[in-house]
Amino acid sequence: MAILIDRHSRIVVQGLTGSSGRRHGLLCRDYGSQIVAGVTPGKGGTHLDGIPVFDTVAEAVETCHADVSMIFVPPPGAAEAILEASEAGIRLAVCITEGVPVRDMVLVNRALANSSMRLIGPNCPGLITPGQCKVGIMPGDIHQPGSIGVVSRSGTLTYEAVKQLSDAGLGQSTCVGIGGDPIIGTSFIDVLSLFNDDPDTKGVFLIGEIGGTAEEQAAAWIRQHLRKPVAAYIAGMTAPPGKRMGHAGAIISGGSGRAADKIAALRDSGVQIAESPASMALAMQKAFKAAGLSSHDS
Amino acid sequence: MKLHEYQAKALLAQYGVVIPRGQLVRSVDEAGQAAETFSGACVLKAQVYAGGRGKAGGVARVESVEQARQIADRLLHRRLVTVQTDEAGLPVTSLLVEELVPVARELYLSLTLDRSAGRYCLIASAEGGMDIEQTARLTPERVRRLTIDPLVGLRAFHARGIARFFNLEGDLGDATVSLILALYRCFLEKDASLLEINPLVVTADNRLMAMDAKVSIDDSALFRQHDLAGLKDDSQYDPLEVRAARSDIAYIKMDGRIGCLVNGAGLAMATLDMLTECGGQPANFLDVGGGADQDKVREAFRILLEDPSVDGILVNIFGGIMRCDLIAESLIAAAAATGSHIPIVVRMAGARRDEGRRILEEQTDLNIVWQDGLASAANAIVKLLAPST
Repeated sequence: MAILIDRHSRIVVQGLTGSSGRRHGLLCRDYGSQIVAGVTPGKGGTHLDGIPVFDTVAEAVETCHADVSMIFVPPPGAAEAILEASEAGIRLAVCITEGVPVRDMVLVNRALANSSMRLIGPNCPGLITPGQCKVGIMPGDIHQPGSIGVVSRSGTLTYEAVKQLSDAGLGQSTCVGIGGDPIIGTSFIDVLSLFNDDPDTKGVFLIGEIGGTAEEQAAAWIRQHLRKPVAAYIAGMTAPPGKRMGHAGAIISGGSGRAADKIAALRDSGVQIAESPASMALAMQKAFKAAGLSSHDS
Repeated sequence: MKLHEYQAKALLAQYGVVIPRGQLVRSVDEAGQAAETFSGACVLKAQVYAGGRGKAGGVARVESVEQARQIADRLLHRRLVTVQTDEAGLPVTSLLVEELVPVARELYLSLTLDRSAGRYCLIASAEGGMDIEQTARLTPERVRRLTIDPLVGLRAFHARGIARFFNLEGDLGDATVSLILALYRCFLEKDASLLEINPLVVTADNRLMAMDAKVSIDDSALFRQHDLAGLKDDSQYDPLEVRAARSDIAYIKMDGRIGCLVNGAGLAMATLDMLTECGGQPANFLDVGGGADQDKVREAFRILLEDPSVDGILVNIFGGIMRCDLIAESLIAAAAATGSHIPIVVRMAGARRDEGRRILEEQTDLNIVWQDGLASAANAIVKLLAPST
């Protein structure tokens, strides 16, 4: 089951012939994902390592029945690539591109309000349903099939969490990197809601960071709706205010976006907080224990 | 990216916003000459990338050329510490000398991003010259907030509503509407992330004027804002931050003695948190990025190794796209190039970790300690640098 992607997902890579698109398109295929097509305007009719390349997403959908798009188009064209995927009838677009202008994303998110397509990202590592399908740039081998849903604003910090979970025998249903930008297509709450309804997900690990109030909103939602054990880690306790910590969205501004406030909100909602990045799996195990469940039933 | 006040005002003036007459000066003599054009009565404003200048003594009203020269001498080539800067403050390399304008009313206008709505918003306040967050807290009825649908845009009827909220009618009401529409156009065309006029004043002779202006540009849009990208003032950043930015390395200077090199922003923040929890003090935040090549990694190491405040380094790499063996090679090359022998604790996980470890353990010239765990790595560097008793 898992959420959003599985072994049946048919993936088109927008920007397949660029260096990142090629590299990760092929790595995803090696993992077992069905990479059915690529799109690069002007390169239609060619092939890349056996993958047909089209000029438009619409052709990739029509000819190869792609339903998921992984986007590596550089920032100047990324917004247009997302909109093209939406109009072509793609169900799920995953935009890996870092550095998409905010103005473009404001317009994209408004346009997608009238679309049936879900966007994940931009500026994200993508998502993976271990053992079935990888649509992203994460190292596949650290993941184990299982029943922990992972949702995160970060990339390598998620890998760290996943490795800890796998080492502790806690496999994952699906891991979703929602992205580190201020405006993103899919929120924590969107993913939490999918995990809540997924029978294969028994517990959730959330990774947040400074900037914005998405974690506080997630905390409120968790308190009201989530029926599964949740643990979380929030990065940036020691981040200085007013400085952008690598991610475009990771900034404490005007007293808002502080890690301490996010941690307090999550804790108030019954979320087990990992006090240190070295104890993320431990926090997940504690969350199961507190709920009277064994993490190994998962 | 921030703009200086004088740059922000020049930008707004291009859109028809009325600003005080003024001149940018970089020396005491220039300040004196500028003051002369205003017959001595003028305002001197230190140009730094931070607010709170007034209370910090960075804005001064003077009555004579001599006084202007004295104030300029006191401000120029000093560092200004405000509530928005750190303890070291920011260097003042230029002053804006402006005419004195008799003011009847002070208002507030800004455009910014509402992250949770995913839309831009206009904030207007009848209390100009105050901190807007304070006004919103203490007298919320004095603040109006308008979320803008990007497909509809900010329209004249919205602007008329704000003019009414300000109780500005007739010519001043019309001027308010034009001003708001011009601000929105500027905001979009220049990919601004913040555009704030505080205070926006009604002058004694009934003109609407931007007395102060703050503009930030979305860093991600600088590729299509070449003119603005060129306005960046490197003097307002730590020299190491400027150097890192040239290599596209996300780097922020901090107060401690332990240099940190990490791949990924989230993991880098988590590493600083871990280090602090173990009693260490980070000298910096540094994210080499996901797809860094060896040149970039080498430069990142050199920035740490050449920083005199760094006594030791903690490396935390999660190999994925980035391979641990390449990081190890870059580390050795950078250390060899700088001749540094400070202690370095390395923790790696993921792609080609064992190869990376072997490369590091085979060399004998450098003071490198391998650790498997994140916590043990942070503890190790703290212990290595603890004063021996």
